Amino acid sequence: MPFFDDVSVGDTLPELKKQATTAQLVMYAGASNDYNQIHYDQDVAARAGHKSVIIHGALKSAWLAQLVTDWIGTTGALAKISVAYRGIDYPNDPITCKGTVTGKRTDSGRNLVDCDIWLENGEGAVTTPGKATVALPGR
Amino acid sequence: MSEESVITDEMRAAVGVESEPGVWPIERGAIEKFANAIGDSSDLYTDEAAARETPAGGVIAPPTFLRLLAPGPHKAAYAMPYVEVLDGGSEYEYHVPIRVGDTITSTVTLVEIFEKPGRLGLMLFRVHEFRYVNQYGQLVATQRSTSINYPDQE
Repeated sequence: MPFFDDVSVGDTLPELKKQATTAQLVMYAGASNDYNQIHYDQDVAARAGHKSVIIHGALKSAWLAQLVTDWIGTTGALAKISVAYRGIDYPNDPITCKGTVTGKRTDSGRNLVDCDIWLENGEGAVTTPGKATVALPGR
Repeated sequence: MSEESVITDEMRAAVGVESEPGVWPIERGAIEKFANAIGDSSDLYTDEAAARETPAGGVIAPPTFLRLLAPGPHKAAYAMPYVEVLDGGSEYEYHVPIRVGDTITSTVTLVEIFEKPGRLGLMLFRVHEFRYVNQYGQLVATQRSTSINYPDQE
């Protein structure tokens, strides 16, 4: 688990790989109470111009949050995360969540680290960029 | 493809009006189900004994669990011109963890409404700010979300 003192701008976060099945989208629909049919009804997705049902934006947010919390472990705290849904992602596509450290600062006694985070689809295109700020312990 | 503004006086009047509260008792099972659904196997979300050994001091909810804690109904209703909706993204700020046994009260306020031309016609953007407060009156988190509505594609 990283300490503030050991983190440098340009560091990369350990990658997190995900590959959603349609079953996982149904699980997420139930667990998050999001019953928009575009996530489980192929006809509805096709009418909206998609090649298949699409992954919930909020599920991608959850993965990007996990990228960060896996990295900081239990001693750091996620202070802020933002995610923009620029591109659609589909079940069965191998997805990789990535991040880099972009800044370090101390604010009101907290050691804060800023990161760029993003999600790449199977072709390496960034569909879901975001930013996160974490508070890390000092040594 | 229509380029006429669809923003009505009703919509403008809704800006700044806070919704009714949604009140949510936080249950262990709901957290576990959510953690399983997102595929996050951290002990913090499912294993009370292991979580107690960490600075969190017990099971907490994953960061994006907030999404489940829907606010109550809007007080200022307005008709939406389009059915089709896209999720434009979210920004979350965290202050205090959500724990099993908490009662979280959530409200939402429409803070901004505007239009932009897009591939699918004139798109309507609405920015909502959600506030989540626990049973001690502590602000647990805030969320800003952008939803994009666009003309029905026939």
